[in-house]
Amino acid sequence: MHTIKFSLEHIYFYYGKYMALSDISMTILDRQITALIGPSGCGKSTFLRCLNRMNDTIPGARLEGRVLLDNQDIYAPGVDVVNLRRRVGMVFQRPNPFPQSVFDNVAFGPRVLGLTRNKDELYWLVEQSLRGAALWDEVKDNLKQDALSLSLGQQQRLCIARAIAVSPEVILMDEPCSALDPIATLEIEELMRQLKEQYCIVIVTHNMQQAARVSDWTGFFWLGKLVEFDETQSVFTRPSQKLTEDYITGRAG
Amino acid sequence: MEQMRRPRLGEFVIESLVKVAGLSSIGFVVLIFFFLLREGVPVFFEVELTNLFSTRWYPTFGLFGTLPLILGSALVTLSAIAIALPLGVVTAVFVREVAPHWAREILKPMIEVLAGIPSVVLGFFGMTLLAPVVRRMLGMPTGLTALTGALILAYMSLPTIISVAEDALDAVPKSYRDAGLALGATQWQTIWRVVVPAARSGIVTAVMLGMGRAIGETMAVMMVTGNAARMPLTLDSLFRPVRTMTATIAAEMGEVAEGSVHYHALFGIGIILFVITFILNLTAAATIFKKRRRGGLR
Ligand SMILES: Nc1ncnc2c1ncn2[C@@H]1O[C@H](COP(=O)(O)OP(=O)(O)O)[C@@H](O)[C@H]1O
Ligand SMILES: [Mg+2]
Repeated sequence: MHTIKFSLEHIYFYYGKYMALSDISMTILDRQITALIGPSGCGKSTFLRCLNRMNDTIPGARLEGRVLLDNQDIYAPGVDVVNLRRRVGMVFQRPNPFPQSVFDNVAFGPRVLGLTRNKDELYWLVEQSLRGAALWDEVKDNLKQDALSLSLGQQQRLCIARAIAVSPEVILMDEPCSALDPIATLEIEELMRQLKEQYCIVIVTHNMQQAARVSDWTGFFWLGKLVEFDETQSVFTRPSQKLTEDYITGRAG
Repeated sequence: MEQMRRPRLGEFVIESLVKVAGLSSIGFVVLIFFFLLREGVPVFFEVELTNLFSTRWYPTFGLFGTLPLILGSALVTLSAIAIALPLGVVTAVFVREVAPHWAREILKPMIEVLAGIPSVVLGFFGMTLLAPVVRRMLGMPTGLTALTGALILAYMSLPTIISVAEDALDAVPKSYRDAGLALGATQWQTIWRVVVPAARSGIVTAVMLGMGRAIGETMAVMMVTGNAARMPLTLDSLFRPVRTMTATIAAEMGEVAEGSVHYHALFGIGIILFVITFILNLTAAATIFKKRRRGGLR
């Protein structure tokens, strides 16, 4: 009933000679939240950055295998990387709004990509994006304020608003709550549940409770391998691998 | 007991030396400032203000109009900045953002070497190589013009502007670049719309420093600007000779009698120059401070 958004076939990823991911195959469904867990250094971020080709900026990085987005190989020659990144948005570990006003942050993508024809349309799009990121009510009175004057939790929601302003199909989140306090974390989680109505969401988290709370699917990474991948409930209640069980019960990792 | 006291004594000596060095350098600055005031202030009493700020500088006939000199300095400096700013920023962007690693390693020391070329050498270069080119291109009787001076000054302030602007670009966190790229902006859009604006305060500092170097520069300017004390008011002034404040002081200081009105007038120009540079630095500091307080740059 959910369509397949990403389908990955035998992915190997190298930083120079170092193999960071080995033989990873999985499918990621649209309008679902897929969580990636595992100890740090196991390749979660690397994997996530394969999905929007952000690894391209790293010298010496190389990928083998096929990554299909809507059945199109995104690493095929002639693929427009810039357009790919518009379709696959990303939210980073530390909130990274530009040192500009709240409005200009959200308007950045639409302006650069020429998505709107006039000021009114741009304003409307900024408002919709801020509403979509559950931030509108907190900033609507002062859209000109500096983004860096917001709290960290608000900054992260601003980054989400900025990402959805270019109407992506997928939102990648790399430990989006690790710099936030518990209340801001719950707000972002609530927001993710709303966003999955419209978007395919892939989230990396080191917090297993978070994965259990918000995700529909969970992938467990260990030393560059995908050890287990299934519906979140099964992973947490009856994992098929001993290693997964050890990890989620805190005996490994 | 002896052993206990030794390090203390050493510390005391070092501390005193540092203090003396620090205080004396402040002291010298203050002394120079007072000397400048003592020699220059009398001119404001000896010569009427209407004369002092008139349009003619003929000391031999008692005409001490400093306006052509002030405007001459302004014309040359501003034109130099107008040339050097875009060039410097673009070069800094190239070096920091575009050039491959090995090219950066070669370019950076080369730019620093440029900063070390003595100004008299540049002046000579300007006189013998640049001036004839300018003359032929403009079809003017002389190649010693404000433009020639501006070009040389631009060249002189470029290394400062490039290296300070490059440091500013370097200080922009990688996370901003990642955010720009991840939104579907191209590398160029990310550079121009995210990285350069984020580095704006550093770039303003770079320009102010470059301007400070340009307005105080004497030797090269004196050699290539033709030194005619005329009011640069017409549009073609850029292509005619001008005379700057610094060149006036340097050229005439050797031939005035100490304590004469002319002597005081030259120091008076020094005071005016000092005040202008001071205001420049102050405004630069103030803009940077204001941006800081706003918690970022647009
Ligand atoms: N830019 C890079 N260059 C070389 N090695 C890297 C780079 N980024 C990550 N790695 C290595 O790849 C492995 C996986 O890293 P990463 O994907 O960041 O793990 P995680 O996000 O799960 O903590 C680590 O061993 C890390 O040292
Ligand atoms: Mg990571």
